[in-house]
Formats: sequence, C-alpha cells, structure tokens
Amino acid sequence: MADQLIFQCRKRLSKAFEVNADLLIPLDRAPVTVLFGPSGAGKTTLLRMLAGLERPDVGSIAFREHAWFDAARAIHLPPQERRAGFLFQDYALFPHLTVAENVAYAAPRQTARELLARFGLSELAASKPRAISGGQQQRVALARALGAAPALLLLDEPLSALDAATRSRMRYELRRMLLAGGVPAIVVTHDRMEAVALGDWMAVMVDGRIRQAGPVEEVFRRPADLQVAESVGVENVLAAEIAGRESGLLVLRVSGQVGEARIQCVDSGETGLVFACIRAEDVAITRQMDRVSSARNRLAGRVRSVMAEGALARVDLDCGFPLVALVTAQSAGELALREGEIVSAVVKATSVHLAAHGAVPTPERRDLQ
Amino acid sequence: MDWQAIWLSARLAASTTAILLALGLPIAYWLAFSPRRWKFLVEALVALPLVLPPTVLGFYVLLAIGPRSPVGALYAKLTGGMLPFSFQGLLLASVLYSFPFTVQPVAAAFAAVDRKLLEVSWCLGVSRAATFRRVIVPLSLRGIATGAILSFAHTLGEFGVVLMVGGNIAGITRTVSISIYDQVEALNYGAAWETSLFLLSISFTVLALTYALQRRAWTVWPIN
Repeated sequence: MADQLIFQCRKRLSKAFEVNADLLIPLDRAPVTVLFGPSGAGKTTLLRMLAGLERPDVGSIAFREHAWFDAARAIHLPPQERRAGFLFQDYALFPHLTVAENVAYAAPRQTARELLARFGLSELAASKPRAISGGQQQRVALARALGAAPALLLLDEPLSALDAATRSRMRYELRRMLLAGGVPAIVVTHDRMEAVALGDWMAVMVDGRIRQAGPVEEVFRRPADLQVAESVGVENVLAAEIAGRESGLLVLRVSGQVGEARIQCVDSGETGLVFACIRAEDVAITRQMDRVSSARNRLAGRVRSVMAEGALARVDLDCGFPLVALVTAQSAGELALREGEIVSAVVKATSVHLAAHGAVPTPERRDLQ
Repeated sequence: MDWQAIWLSARLAASTTAILLALGLPIAYWLAFSPRRWKFLVEALVALPLVLPPTVLGFYVLLAIGPRSPVGALYAKLTGGMLPFSFQGLLLASVLYSFPFTVQPVAAAFAAVDRKLLEVSWCLGVSRAATFRRVIVPLSLRGIATGAILSFAHTLGEFGVVLMVGGNIAGITRTVSISIYDQVEALNYGAAWETSLFLLSISFTVLALTYALQRRAWTVWPIN
C-alpha cells in the first residue's frame, strides 16, 4: 500500500446529524493537511475517530500498511496502538507537572532534553503550565506529542486559543515546527487564512461530508461546488515571490504560464514565498486601461468566461495566471464583456492579503488533480 | 480512660481505611468513567450504608458470615476460626459500612479531572492503568485524602454495626463507642466523660482537616 491515509467512516451523532466522510491523504506529498470547514461540520469528530478516541459506526481507517479501524473485520485499535499525537484546542497540558515533565511524559530522557532545547523551552523547564503564555503552551504540547514518536499528528484548531496578534505570528511558526517535526499532520481550522498559511493539502468538510480534497491553491481556485466556494470564501490564491519593497508597499511577483505580473500590497513583514489571497468581489473590471486611480494594481487580462450567479456575474480572467472577479450583473452588461477580450482588472493594495508559506511547493504537488 | 478500646478502634479504623483505599479507588474509577447506563444501580448500592440503620446492615453481615453461611464455612476451612465476634469479622463489617465515605469523594474527584488529559495520555501511548497512576491519582489527591479521613473517622465512631457483628469482647471487639456505652451502663459517668471528650475532639479535628483540604490551602474567601 502506498504512503497514504485512507479514511472512510460513518458515525451518527444525533438524529439529524451524521458524519459520513471519505478522505484520502497522500502523506508523501502532503506533510500538512488542513481539514477545513465551518463550525459544526464534524471536523473534530473526524479527528477523534482518527485518534481512536471515538469509534465509527461503520467503515475503515488505514494508515500506511496498518488497519486502524475496520468494522467488517472488527478491528478497532486503541489510541495507544495508533500513536496519533492529539493536540487539543486548549493544549491540555498536565497541570500537576512542570514543562520538562510534560515533555518527558512519554519520551526517553535524552529525547525530551533535545525537544526542550529545540522548542526553546529550556528556560521554562521548571515552570508549571499555568504560569506560561498560550504560545509557549502550544510549543510544550507539540514537543510532548513529538516525544512519543507519533506516526501522525492531529491538531484541533491549534491557534484558536491565542489572541489575534499572536495567532497570525504563530501561523508561520507552527508550519515551520510541523515541517521540522517530520511527522505528517492534520490540522483542523475554520479560518481560511490559517488554511492557506499552514497547509499543503486541504480537505473541505461541510455538513459531515468531505466535499473536496486537493492541494490548497487548487481547492481555493477551483471549488468543487457552490457550498465549498462559499465556505472557502477566497477565490484567488496566487503563489507569489517578494520582488521588493517600495514606499511602504510590498511588490509581489506572480508567475504565470506566460510572463509574470507585479502586484502591490501592504507590507506586513513577510519574506520569501507567500500566497496572495484576493477575494473575487475585490477585483474590479474596467475597459479604461490607463486612467489614473487610487487602486495600485492594474492587470491586463483576457476574458475567459462570464457566468451569471443571480444578481452577480463571475468573470474568469487570464492574466497570465487565473484571476476571478465578481461584479454585478448590471456592470457586466454595461461593460458588454465577451470571451477573448482584453480588459483591465483593478485591485486595491489593501485587498491583497498575504499568507506566508514556509516550504516551496514541490513540482509534483502542483500536478496532483 | 479505656486505652485498650482506643487502641483497638485506631487499629480497626486504620485497617478499614487501607482496605477501602485499595478497593474503593478502582470502583470510584469505574463509577466516574464507565459509560454503562445501569451504573446508577451500583451508585445506589454504594450509598446504601448512608441511609440503612446500622442494625440492619449488622444483622445481614452477621448472617452472611455465620458458620453456616458459605462465606463463614469457607473462612473456617481456610483459617480454622470464625468471623462473628472476631476482629476480622468486625473489619469486614466496617469496610462495608464506610464504603460510601471513601468511594463518593474519590469518584467526585476523578470525575472532575479533565477528560482531555486522559485522552492526551492515551494518544501518547500510555496505558489506561499507567494514566490512572500518573494523571488521575495525582490530580485527585485531595479527594482521596478526604475519602480516607472520612472513612477513618466514621469507623472510629461506629456503634450499631460493631455491636451486632462484634459484640463486646475486651481487646478483640470492644471499640471506643462500645466502651463508652459500657461505662454509662455501669453509671461510671466520669470515665464516659473522658472517653467521649476524646472522641469528640478527634472527630472535630478530622472534620476540620477535611474542610481545610477541600478549601485549597488556607484562603477563606475565593480571591480569584
């Protein structure tokens, strides 16, 4: 069997709600998988079934060569035999143990010492969990989980317990730590910026079902259906490099199949590879190619399709890379957009949201799906 | 003062508490964490000595351990002795009588432990038994101490069950409370005064200690 996690399980939680999820994660190509969806979609239940903390009604779970659960063969491995490290939302550190004792809870002494040093916790070693900050608690929880040499890490809304400022700082930090840990991870989140910043692979869960799974940009760019589109919310996710900084703005280079485009956005200190996220309704379309305006970004693009969605029209543009604009049906009519025409897409610098991304996407990752 | 009776009561109370801790902790664990629907029946059974007249409990115990009962016959075969009117018989009755005093506070303490801590431990590969020892017990020490103290104090003061099962044999089954009863019957009020005062002060100290334990250190009003 390949390096995969295959999850096909059903569990009825109440009369009205059932988790019925079918998910395949190619672990070799997806070091970090984001399980994304609105609250109440069943994400936490799925995670608990993976860990062995909850028993599905029917189905099977296979991790690499091992059957973790198989209703037909009456296999249900206890959590101890699955070794899936579980990080709870509030980290669930042992309150009666010090930081060092928490990390050493299931780790050999030498490993625990190395983890303390690696996660910058050596100075807090003698502190009790309640005396340290939320970000530090998260590092302790992650170090403790890695100490047990887990096969898989499961993180339930790992950043939700932090305040807003720490949260955005910790996104990149968490991804770096997860990659350094070398253990495949599944991260539950309902925050789209978190999903983009953390994940390589993304599974969207709505109403107890996995609606779509694939590389993160792919899911954002081509949502399988309207519900996925609604829940992911951001239509344009562009892999970009930072080309420079001028007058307080950041200049991004977005590479497409033909040439490249430059996009300006507000500088908030990112470096390296980033994803530029632009909501479709923040993209305006004009035929006046050179009029001066307050918007910083004007991108020439060819109209590929115009689709009416109620009072709105979804315009797919080819600017060397795909760009989706959502305009009112009335504007679309007045502009008389036709396929193949060259128009100008206008985006304000403040409408471009950046998500820093630690690792360079590997070529094969882009080929998937 | 009847030092012999005091010494006997202390021995009985200490042995009862030790046995109750060994038996009560697993049962409290089961009561706190079992998903079984019918566990309320076990809860009711455990709480029974709280409302049952000691004479009723004593009567049934006496019948159950008598030489003609299976338990009594087995005991006679193994040891050659008899359970009724012996220290061992008294011990058995005391364990039953004080059961809820150990199990209830301990079960409450176990149930108050955050379930996520147990699940984290299991996911880290630590067995249920080791998780019990390394997480649940350390986080429930206060409840366990309360249960132990209450069981000790309750055994020290029991009367009806002792009288039914143990009778009144000096040095073997004559506990403090029986001794006081004897002294009053003999119109020896001075001695009764002394022994009663002794029992009263022990009981008060024990209860004060229990409440202090439950109140987290010495804060009188919750500051935070």
